[in-house]
Amino acid sequence: MSKLDVLIVGGGPAGLAAAVRLYEAGIRDILIVEREKTLGGILRQCIHDGFGLTRFGESLSGPEYARRFIERVKELGIPYLTDAAVTEITPERAVTVVTREGLMVYHPRAVALTMGCRERTRGALAIPGERPAGVYTAGVAQAYINLYNRMPAREVIILGSGDIGMIMARRLTLEGAHVQAVYEVLPYPSGLPRNVLQCLDDYDIPLYLSHTVTCIHGDRRLEGVTISRVDEKLRPIPGTEEYHSCDTLILSVGLIPENELSLNAGVELDPHTKGADVDEHYQTSVPGVFAAGNVLHVHDLVDFVSQEAEALALAVGRYLTEEGFAEGTREIACGRGVRYTVPQRITGKEEFTLSLRVAAPMKDVTIVVRQGDAVIGKKKMKKALPAEMIRMKVSPVEGDGELEVRVDD
Amino acid sequence: MRSGFDVIIIGGGVVGCAIARELSRYRLKIGLLEKNLDVGYETSGRNTGVCHGGFAYDVGTWKAKLCLEGNRIMGDVARELSFPFKRCGKVLVGNTQEDYNRLLEVIRQGEAIGVTGLSMIDDAELHRLIPGVVGNFAMLSETSGILDPFQMTIALAENAVQNGASFFFGQEVTGIRREGDAYVITTPKETFVTRWVVNSAGLSCGKISDMLGLTGYRVIYSKDDYILLDQRLGREVSMPIYTVPSNTYMGIHVTVTTDGNLLLGPTAQDTEDNAYYGVEQKNLDFLYKAAMDIWPHFTKGDYIRTYSGILPKWADEEGRIQDFKMEIVDDVAPRAVNLVGIESPGLTASVAIARHVIGMMREREAFPERADFNPVRKGIRRFAEMTAEEQAEAIRENPDYGELICRCQKVTRAEILQAIHNPLGVSTVTGVKYRTRAMMGRCQGGYCQMRITRMLEEERGLAPQEITYAREGSQMLYGLVREEAHHVEA
Repeated sequence: MSKLDVLIVGGGPAGLAAAVRLYEAGIRDILIVEREKTLGGILRQCIHDGFGLTRFGESLSGPEYARRFIERVKELGIPYLTDAAVTEITPERAVTVVTREGLMVYHPRAVALTMGCRERTRGALAIPGERPAGVYTAGVAQAYINLYNRMPAREVIILGSGDIGMIMARRLTLEGAHVQAVYEVLPYPSGLPRNVLQCLDDYDIPLYLSHTVTCIHGDRRLEGVTISRVDEKLRPIPGTEEYHSCDTLILSVGLIPENELSLNAGVELDPHTKGADVDEHYQTSVPGVFAAGNVLHVHDLVDFVSQEAEALALAVGRYLTEEGFAEGTREIACGRGVRYTVPQRITGKEEFTLSLRVAAPMKDVTIVVRQGDAVIGKKKMKKALPAEMIRMKVSPVEGDGELEVRVDD
Repeated sequence: MRSGFDVIIIGGGVVGCAIARELSRYRLKIGLLEKNLDVGYETSGRNTGVCHGGFAYDVGTWKAKLCLEGNRIMGDVARELSFPFKRCGKVLVGNTQEDYNRLLEVIRQGEAIGVTGLSMIDDAELHRLIPGVVGNFAMLSETSGILDPFQMTIALAENAVQNGASFFFGQEVTGIRREGDAYVITTPKETFVTRWVVNSAGLSCGKISDMLGLTGYRVIYSKDDYILLDQRLGREVSMPIYTVPSNTYMGIHVTVTTDGNLLLGPTAQDTEDNAYYGVEQKNLDFLYKAAMDIWPHFTKGDYIRTYSGILPKWADEEGRIQDFKMEIVDDVAPRAVNLVGIESPGLTASVAIARHVIGMMREREAFPERADFNPVRKGIRRFAEMTAEEQAEAIRENPDYGELICRCQKVTRAEILQAIHNPLGVSTVTGVKYRTRAMMGRCQGGYCQMRITRMLEEERGLAPQEITYAREGSQMLYGLVREEAHHVEA
């Protein structure tokens, strides 16, 4: 067993930012464990720009954004392993790492879970029909084109207007495929407005809202899909079926925090975020195990992933050094119009950043955080979209009033 | 033309592979023709993977007799061939007095067949065995179990090849004619000449039977849709849960697989098309509701895949389902073994069917035994199933065991390489999947499929556009994006 202060599971944007900030805070006995050959996580395949606007005030590609952190990690000499897979984390924080050199068990004082997320698949959606080749998640198609130089598509239909789906609509078009349309089951786009503009509108790719794929056809390569309109409860409307011929169906239908290792460690998850239930220090239900980034809740901007991971790093630093480091147990209720919050609970003793998503698109609203009768946080918004994560500073007051976040008109 | 075969087996399902394996005990030149690109691609790979106890069939039928025998020998066969099999038992749960009486009837019938280990259990015992099940009592069948149908079929095939049999893929039989003492079998690719022929064509059994001149069989098809759930749930279900069967439908089951997934199904619908595997929304809705009635501890968020399978059933003019038909009609088609309507419990019964059929052949011809027959087939050693010490040792011996390719199923490069270089020469993506479990987990290959297709290219010398998912023509990639791109090490 090797002892360590902090083991960071995953060398993507969250893990890298956490490592750098930990090091800068004086916590040096750390190790990043990355399963890929190189650091950077999913950013390696995100060659489009738009990263870093918040953090660096300039528009970077994914690899450029990652490089800024990777270079810092190398400059500081922060230890990391690549081609190294964490296969198990126990509730006692014994972490098993498998590499070609062998199997190692670490026993760090703290574990930072920064594994990111995975894509929802056709199987998870249970789309009826056959199972031909040619049905890919957007991330798989992106990896094939950008990392593997392999062309997976020619005549394309995209289901889901998530950001990667729209970005892949543009990418596939640029590489010579024909993208017929993007269909979205919701009555509004799932991804960011800028991607609707820059990835679909600019390329004359139509976006059809309130539509879904109701059957997949072909037993070899995909031959076509049936598209149906859906009602307000998202149920397909009989009689609206239309057959569209295509050889590729790209799915951009949601991301799920990758929490198998967390569950293994006994971490409790929030059914809404599918990530860990944490306090404002990003500490999970298992003491000494922290989580941030897409493994905690799916972000729309990497800049916020980095920020969140840095906040985690500072909290881990305090956990390692402060006597009686408090655990947040006071729950924050999701009131009217709020889908989820992170953190889900707080100590009530310090100011914190609240992340939340609204349940539906809204205009001219105010996000209000109450503690009993007191308003402890407030944010006015001209437009609130589920696709855009809302972050705000909240300062709890003395007293044990119930905490609630809601959307007021 | 490929000539000189003693036996050509048509169909690489579990029964065809079992016959190939059991025949390879004798000094015979054996060939097996399969129209798909791998074994077990139709009925054999698309079912619940339950090893049946044998109580559900009419007394005196081959289904009853060979299921019982197949179940009895399954443990030995699984040990010899290294495929996952667990004699975990199964329950038929009931709630009403009528259910109770029906289950007593099932026990009487099972005991008349010779099935042992059947008993009624009460509420307390039922919930001790499966805490979350809904039901007031159950019939327990102790000898029932679960197995991995892909692994079983592959294991039988590989052991046959180890003992000298040859497998030919992508060979759909289009004609059979007799020339003297020989059968000349044609496919669009090749011609095979053989003394004996075995029709184990499963869904195509009627067609092949007709080609042999054994006409008049009416084969109907029954399609089953299934939903596969996350492995996390399997830990809570120790054995398959069935409902009380009616005369025509075994009812919905909630089954645990040898990999720990839960499986909901089947739907048992008659179908005309024996090659359409599309899953229907209404069946998915039905399975959800019906499974919720007996094990209400899952959500749609636990779905990881849906699939379907089709069973060939021999029916009489009134549509009554008949027994397995296994025949050699000497005056019409000598040295032709004709198998018709091999449906459930064909997976459980497969090796017993093979031995019975070979008995029929040996009544007509003495087959010399091979002194060097090796009944043992070693499968791919799974990293995920090793202890930590074994894992460390495996990596020391072969560092490829230290490189995880499929994260959620913990499949290493060493296992993928063994699967790519499998004894049958299969080079499809699903060939790797069924041999290793890579891509079978909750991300469905989201993380590993690119790595696996690249390994297939490198190891088998395939161009990207030659990578085939499952069936002939199931092309995954259309070539390179750019000719001289320097791809980033992913």
